[in-house]
Amino acid sequence: MSGGTYLGMPAFPRAAEAATRDERLRANLTHATHTIRDKRARAVAELPDWAELRAAGAAIKDRTLRHLDSYLERLEAAVTAAGGQVHWAADAAQANEIVTRLVLQTGEREVVKVKSMATQELGLNAALERAGVRAFETDLAELIVQLGDDLPSHILVPAIHRNRREIRDIFTERMGEWGRPAPEGLTDEPADLAEAARLHLRQKFLDAKVGISGANFMVAETGTMVVVESEGNGRMCLTLPETLISVVGIEKVVPTWRDLEVFLQLLPRSSTAERMNPYTSMWTGTSDGDGPSTFHLVLVDNGRTDTLADEVGRQALRCIRCSACLNVCPVYERAGGHAYGSAYPGPIGAILTPQLRGVDTVLDASLPYASSLCGACYEVCPVAIDIPEVLVRLRERVVEGGEATVRGSRVRIRPARGHAAERAAMRAARWALDHPGALRAGQRVAGRMRRLQPRRLPGPGAAWSRTRDMPPLPPESFRSWWRRTRGESGEAGR
Amino acid sequence: MNAREVVLGRVRRALADVPREEDPEREPLERGYLDSHQPADAVGLLAENLADYRALVHRSTPEELPGLVARLLAERGAASVVVPAGLPPEWLAEVPREVRRVPDEAADTARRLDGVDSVVTGCAVAIAETGTVVLDAGPDQGRRRITLVPDHHVCVVVVPDQVVDSVPQGLRRLDPARPLTWISGPSATSDIELDRVEGVHGPRRLDVVLLEE
Repeated sequence: MSGGTYLGMPAFPRAAEAATRDERLRANLTHATHTIRDKRARAVAELPDWAELRAAGAAIKDRTLRHLDSYLERLEAAVTAAGGQVHWAADAAQANEIVTRLVLQTGEREVVKVKSMATQELGLNAALERAGVRAFETDLAELIVQLGDDLPSHILVPAIHRNRREIRDIFTERMGEWGRPAPEGLTDEPADLAEAARLHLRQKFLDAKVGISGANFMVAETGTMVVVESEGNGRMCLTLPETLISVVGIEKVVPTWRDLEVFLQLLPRSSTAERMNPYTSMWTGTSDGDGPSTFHLVLVDNGRTDTLADEVGRQALRCIRCSACLNVCPVYERAGGHAYGSAYPGPIGAILTPQLRGVDTVLDASLPYASSLCGACYEVCPVAIDIPEVLVRLRERVVEGGEATVRGSRVRIRPARGHAAERAAMRAARWALDHPGALRAGQRVAGRMRRLQPRRLPGPGAAWSRTRDMPPLPPESFRSWWRRTRGESGEAGR
Repeated sequence: MNAREVVLGRVRRALADVPREEDPEREPLERGYLDSHQPADAVGLLAENLADYRALVHRSTPEELPGLVARLLAERGAASVVVPAGLPPEWLAEVPREVRRVPDEAADTARRLDGVDSVVTGCAVAIAETGTVVLDAGPDQGRRRITLVPDHHVCVVVVPDQVVDSVPQGLRRLDPARPLTWISGPSATSDIELDRVEGVHGPRRLDVVLLEE
C-alpha cells in the first residue's frame, strides 16, 4: 500500500489529454476551484494594505534567499540551543535515510504524519515502508489519498479530484484495512465524512510515539517552527508523540520573529480564504513536560540550491505553498493536478518541478509549456512570484539549452529534442525577413498556390497543426496589397 | 565532506551574484503595511470574527462568570473537566461537585485525557482582526494537550486587556520561547470539495468568554 508514484509519468500534454476527457474530474475541479476563488478574493479585499503586505512578503523572502547560508546557520544554532537536533540532507535519498534511521532508533514501527509537501516530494512514506515502518497520514485529504492508493493532485487539498461520494466509497471500502473501519451506513455529508476520519484516527493519535511533520516557516532568529493547519491533526502529531521529526526545505527559513506578521496575514487568506486558519502551532526546540521530549529538524536541499543558482528562477523559492495559483489557473482547472507529474502541481509546479529536478526528462521539459501565460497566477501570488517570467526562462532553457546547475554542479543543458523543427523554422524566418526580395518572391508563390494549402503540416510540423487550425493564406501579402493600392511611394491619401 | 558542508557550499556557489559586502541587517526592509487596521471596537470585532468561524461567544462580568462556566459545562453534559494549575479557583466555583476536576499533570497520558469531557482555560492574547485566541501554556492554560484532546474548550479572554487589534500587535506580546497555539474557531476542514466544515480532530465546541473586568 505504498500509493502511486510520479516516476515515469508521460509528458504533460499526454497526461492532460486523458485528464481533460474525464468529465467527473473536470466537474470536481471546476466546482472546487470556483468555490475557493471567490472566497479568496473577498478575504483579500478585507485588507486595504494587501499590496504592501505582498511586497513585504516578497522582500523578506528575497532577503532570506540572498543570504540563505547565514540564516540557515543562525537557525541551526537557535534550534540546537533550544534543545533540538539539526540534520542536513543534500537530496531525497539522504533525507529519507536520516528519517528512517531516527524512527528505527526509537524502536517504533508506526508514525503519524502531518500533511507535508516536503515529505511528499521526497517519497518518504515509501522509503519508510521499505524499512518496515508504517506511516499514517492524518490530514483528511491525505488520508483520502492514502486510503485510495492514489496521488495528491493539489497542494492544499490533495484529494481535490475526489467528490464527496467517491470519498464516502473510499472510506467505506478501505478504512478497515488501516485501522478502525468507517461507521455503518456512512453518508456523503462532509460533516459525517469528517466524523468518520475523527473516529478512525483517534486511536492512532493517542498511541503515537513518533510524529513526522513539515513546517510552513522556521524563524532563524529564535529557532521557532510554525505549522499552519485546520483540523487539529497537526496539533495531535506535534504535541502527543514523544519524538517529533520535522522535515523542511531550506527555503522555509525567515529571518526574524517579526517577519511572521507578514506571512500569517498572507498565507491563510491566500490558501483557504480565511482570516486565520483554525490552528497554528509554534514551538522552539523542546519544552519540559509539554510536547515531544525529542525534536529533530531535517533540513533538505534536494534541488533547492540548483534553483537558487538561477537569478530569474530563484524567485520560485519564495513560494509559501498557499495554492492560490492552482485555484485560478485555467490549465490546472482543466488538466487536474496529476498531469504535472510531481508533488507540486499547477503553475508553481510548472516552474518548481523542472528546477528542482532539472529539465532532463520528457515530462520536466514539457512542464514549462503547461501554461497559457495568462498571468492570473502572478496576480494572486501572495509573494509576487512572476510565474510567467520564469516559465519563459525555462522554455528558453528547454529550446536553446545552456548553463544550469544540477545537483550542485554547473552543467550545459543540451537543447531538448523535438524542438529542432521550431529552431529550423525560426532560423528560416529570420533569414527570409532579412532578405526582402526572397520574402516577396516566397509570398507571391504561396499566394498563388493557396488552394493547395494542406490542412495539416507534414513532418515535425504535424504536432503543431494537430491541435490548431492552419491560418488561411491570403491571396496576396499586405506589402503587395499596399503597393498595388497606394502606389510604389506608399504616399497615397496625400 | 558531510551533508551540512555540501548544502552550505552549494548555497554559497549559487549566490555568486550577491556582493560579499551586502549586509541584510543594514538595509531597512520596506514594511509599508499597516500595524493595525484600526477597528473602532476591537472587542466587538473579536466577538464577530470568532462567531463567524463558529466559536460560541459569551460576554460576562466577574460576578457572572462562575455561573456562566457552570452553565456551559452543563449544556455539554460534562461529567469531568481539566483544570490548569493556575486557573483562578473562583471560575469553577459554581460547577457542581459531581463534575470531576482533573488536574493537568505531566504524567497524564493522552488516552486518559481522551476520557475527559471539557477543559477551561485563560489565554495569553486575543487578536480581533482575525478572531484568534492564542495560548502560551501559561499557568491558567496548561500544557498544549489539555486543550486538544477533550472535545469541548471553554476559553476565557480578559477584555479589553488581553485583546489586540492585529497580528503584528499579537506577535509583539508573545514569547517565541514558549509553545504557542493559535486558535481561530473550532477545528475545521476544507478538504472535501474545498468547502469548510467544522469539527474534525480538535475540540468541536469552542466557547469563548469575554470577561469584562
